[in-house]
Formats: sequence, C-alpha cells, structure tokens
Amino acid sequence: MQLDELVRKLGLRVCCAEGSLGRDVRGGYVGDLLSDVMANSREGDIWITRQVHQNIVAVASLKDLAGIILIQGSEPTPDTAAKAGAEGIPILVTDLPAFEIVGRIYQLIHS
Amino acid sequence: MAEPLYFEKSFDVEGGSFQNAGNVSGQIKGILKDLGVSTDIVRRVAIICYESEINIVSYAKRGTITLTVTDEAVKIETKDEGPGIADIELAMKEGYSTASAAVREMGFGAGMGLANMKKYADHLIITSELGVGTYVRMMVMNFQKILHPDLPSITL
Repeated sequence: MQLDELVRKLGLRVCCAEGSLGRDVRGGYVGDLLSDVMANSREGDIWITRQVHQNIVAVASLKDLAGIILIQGSEPTPDTAAKAGAEGIPILVTDLPAFEIVGRIYQLIHS
Repeated sequence: MAEPLYFEKSFDVEGGSFQNAGNVSGQIKGILKDLGVSTDIVRRVAIICYESEINIVSYAKRGTITLTVTDEAVKIETKDEGPGIADIELAMKEGYSTASAAVREMGFGAGMGLANMKKYADHLIITSELGVGTYVRMMVMNFQKILHPDLPSITL
C-alpha cells in the first residue's frame, strides 16, 4: 500500500515531504526508544511514535523507513520538519493515540 | 597476506551535538552503498555506526569514527575523549545505562546501544580508561566473500 493511500484513508495530516508520499508501506513499527527502532524496524515500515525531535529523521533515513506518524496530534519541532523535508522523509500526524492508529493501519495493510 | 584496502576514512563527532547525530552514520551508509556493499552488511553497519555516534554525542566531549572497508570485512573504530566506562561488563548488559534524564527523554539511553553493537557486529572489542576515553572496534564480516574468495570484489 502506498503512503498517500494511508494518508487518505486515515485522515493523516502531512507535515513535510509531500513529494515522497508515493512510497510503499510494507509494514510498521511502534516505538519511542530510538535504539529499539534502529535495531528492529525494517525497510519500508511506517514508524509510529511520540518523539518529535530531529533525531527521528536520522533513524528513519538510516533504516529506509517509509515515513513517520506522530500520535495524539504531536507536531514535529520546526528543525525536525525542515530536516525531514530536506531528506524526503514524510512526517504525518494523527490525533489518535498509538493503539488506535496502529490497529487501523494493521487492518488496512493486511486486508 | 594483507588484504587489499578499498576505503578508509575518519569522521569527527562532536559531543553533545544531538542536532547532528546520525550525520556520520548517514555518510558511511552512503559510502558503503556506493561501494556496492551488500544490503545486509550496510544495514548492520548502519545500526552499529548510529549507536556509536549516539554514544559519543551522549557521553563524550568529542570523538572519531573510522570506517575501513576491505574485501573481507567492514571495520568501524570509534575513539572518544570522554569519561570512560568503569565496568565494561556491566555496561554491555541490556538495560544498564548511565545516561542523563535529558538524554533518556529523547528516547536514547535505554541501555540498548552497546548490546545492539554486540548483536550486529561479528567482532567487538572495547577498551576504556576512566577520565580519558573509550575505544571500540567492530567488524562486520563479509562471509560470502570469505567462503568464496573468487567472487568479484564488487559483491562485498
């Protein structure tokens, strides 16, 4: 499933890197510990987190993740959004808590 | 017999500079991809590099990360000017960390860094001197090339 389909079906707010929404989402990973995400996420995963600082961009870029979803209406800091825009890493925002958004994404990907 | 050297470069890492954390790892990943190193090795080196970089940023005044690529392995060496590690065996335990509250708040300092480095490197050596700094050497071996030495080097 492409990222833009996920954005449309879940009403996600696109903060940056709109040009990269054609990426394929192959799976997902949830976590706020960067070492955990670094070690265990896989290429093409959508990453669901509450971390908003700019180091999330480096992790997503190093692991070739499809994009990042920030939960509960969390906005990326301005330097995070700028860096993600420059590196073409989409950051998306949902007002839902992690459990809710993950359940919906799982259903969409595996239906 | 000395194996042919394909690439060697050192990168400076500034302590405390969280805004730049990951830049060196990104550069190293790009170099390995350009050299045609296999995806699995690039993935493992990216993980150990990133953890090394975060350790220098989190604990040290400054440090260097040196990348060496040969036919048989990718070697990552890190050397920092920092507090040193009092008990390396304890520091290696997953979950043990001396990170500050501020560092933990960012999602680092969960005591997974050294454990990840050990998990994703084939060899890891740490030496440390309190008040001076820490040296880490990690190797990710290209076993396919070791087992089949006549494979072209580009498959490294």
